[in-house]
Amino acid sequence: MTEVKSPEVPAPPAAVPAELTSERGRWHRVRPYLPLVVLLVAAILPYSTVQLPGIFEGPLNSPGTLQLLAICLIFGGLAAGYDLLFGRTGMLSFGHALYFAAGVYGTDVLITKAGLPLWQAALLTISGGTILAALLGAVALRTVGIAFAMVTLAFAQVGAILVARDFGGLTGGEEGLPLDVSGLPAGLVGVTNTVNLYWLALAYLALVVFVVHRVSGSATGRVLAGLRDDERRIGVLGLDPYRYKLVAFTLAGGLAASGGVVYCLIVGGASPHITSSELTLSLLVMVVLGGPGTRWGPVLGGILYMYLDHRLTAFGASDAVDSLPAVLSRPLSQPLFVLGTIFILAVYFFPGGLASLTPRLTLLRRSLTGGSSRRS
Amino acid sequence: MDTVILLTLTGLGLAALYFLVASGLSLVFGLADVLNFAHGLFLGVGAYATWWAAGNLPGAGSDGFGFVLAVAFGVAAGTLVAVLVELVLIRPLYSRTIEQVLVTVGLSLAGVALLQATWGADARPFPRPEWTRGVTGILGAQVPNGGLLLVIAAVLVLGALLAFLQWTRYGLVIRAGVENREMVTALGIDVRKAFTLVFAIGGAAAALAGALGGVYFGTVSPGQGSSLLIFAFIVVVIGGMGSVVGSAYAAVAVGLLQQFVNYYGTSGLGDICVVGLLAVVLLLRPQGIAGKVATA
Repeated sequence: MTEVKSPEVPAPPAAVPAELTSERGRWHRVRPYLPLVVLLVAAILPYSTVQLPGIFEGPLNSPGTLQLLAICLIFGGLAAGYDLLFGRTGMLSFGHALYFAAGVYGTDVLITKAGLPLWQAALLTISGGTILAALLGAVALRTVGIAFAMVTLAFAQVGAILVARDFGGLTGGEEGLPLDVSGLPAGLVGVTNTVNLYWLALAYLALVVFVVHRVSGSATGRVLAGLRDDERRIGVLGLDPYRYKLVAFTLAGGLAASGGVVYCLIVGGASPHITSSELTLSLLVMVVLGGPGTRWGPVLGGILYMYLDHRLTAFGASDAVDSLPAVLSRPLSQPLFVLGTIFILAVYFFPGGLASLTPRLTLLRRSLTGGSSRRS
Repeated sequence: MDTVILLTLTGLGLAALYFLVASGLSLVFGLADVLNFAHGLFLGVGAYATWWAAGNLPGAGSDGFGFVLAVAFGVAAGTLVAVLVELVLIRPLYSRTIEQVLVTVGLSLAGVALLQATWGADARPFPRPEWTRGVTGILGAQVPNGGLLLVIAAVLVLGALLAFLQWTRYGLVIRAGVENREMVTALGIDVRKAFTLVFAIGGAAAALAGALGGVYFGTVSPGQGSSLLIFAFIVVVIGGMGSVVGSAYAAVAVGLLQQFVNYYGTSGLGDICVVGLLAVVLLLRPQGIAGKVATA
């Protein structure tokens, strides 16, 4: 029987031989600081009033654009957290939406129904979400491979049912539960303060990337990568695969729950669609589009997916699409159709996702320029 | 007593629906190791094709022989889509399990969106013969005819499938392939033909489930398939992957449990009990009621 393995992650680009680096040496010295520069640019972005017609509707600092960006950043973080399971440990979980939804609904219910202040609600929700992930993970991880995927899917389905059936009138059922903003800090409420939420989302993304990076660089991370490649070998080395997988599952669940807290503040409430298995499927799409097991791939994939998901709706309603014959314009107005098609194509033609494009393009450029790049 | 009989028979109707979806899923998974998320799409295609045929296809209609023709058209459409999916999308990724799952995930997203784009997101009234709206008195219980139709169809499909697997050459290849694919390949038999066949069978059963489910619920909507699919997955895991009989037992267990608990407990509790049953089965007997170990 075939073992379930993570898709083949392309090897990191081979170390560039010394003779090629002479002119690019400076670039290599700057490169480790590039993430910080990007973070800085992202942080001062709200001060810009640049109009990007076609890309965003308003100027960059308009609340609508900032909210869209904040949601994109949250999903970048979520995808990076999910990649800890899928890309780095090789666990195919179909229930990651559950922990995100636990974060969103936990915050919402604790603030709106129980009247707790934000910091208490956030703390309780994140610890609750982490404990939930640990408990369910302890059961689900007794199975492996596809059975694990099924069990996590089923657990997430329970979450979706609980939310939709509105037990005890807590979740608001199909309508969702708008957040009661009266008890929140003034800086997080109102359209004019969207910029603070944007920074919060950016901080969340930075935190997730930092945590995932540190974990995968640590000894634990190497065991996780070992589990992905060959679980039996880790067992032979005397390490307990179950325990390491549970650690990764719990950590990813906790990160997703914290993302839920921030998402709840940005959107101002909770709606049942975030509990659906479709959300987990889109997380999977984000990670695969970006490049599983890479540092920036899932983040980029998440941001791009959410951006397209929002903007394709507008694109579908635009004149350019409307003037097409109905056979074309109707499917194009469905973001999921476009994204699903891109996803299928990506699985076939770019198995490593966006992150694999850079080495490929480098190869292409080098072969095109031929001998000229081989100067020494 | 009436209530118990009614609940049993409607539960069996639900079980029949689950079985029609799960039997194909189970065979596909058992033979080809593909967790087919696009199975809900086959169901949707079957339902919409039947709905379309009843209104537009000459000779087909919503009653009598015309309805049979419409359902046949729906089943043919579902089979065709399933075969195309296998040939065009699944086959090039032979033995790369995760990529196959990913492709079916993408297909389920894009396909449902396509149905939605073509016929709208709202549920449409389904054309159904007059007699399926009525009820039949069985032992004092008034049972809806649509449910009975589903049960009869599922029993027929189960019988036909078992006969096919038991007494035909391709049935033998499929059974052997579920047991040990490498050995069948080593004996010089092209298992991939069996893959296509299994996809066709699964697509046909799912399309039939779509058409008859439309009769049962009275409406058809793009999302119908994916909500049924999750319970079909649960049925497959409980029944044991690759086992048609196991799927039948599990479907009955899940359908009855869901119907009874939803009636006597709070609505929605039954769905949760089903997941509880899944957890218990997986912890006690990971290979399911009857099937190979569900590890890959």
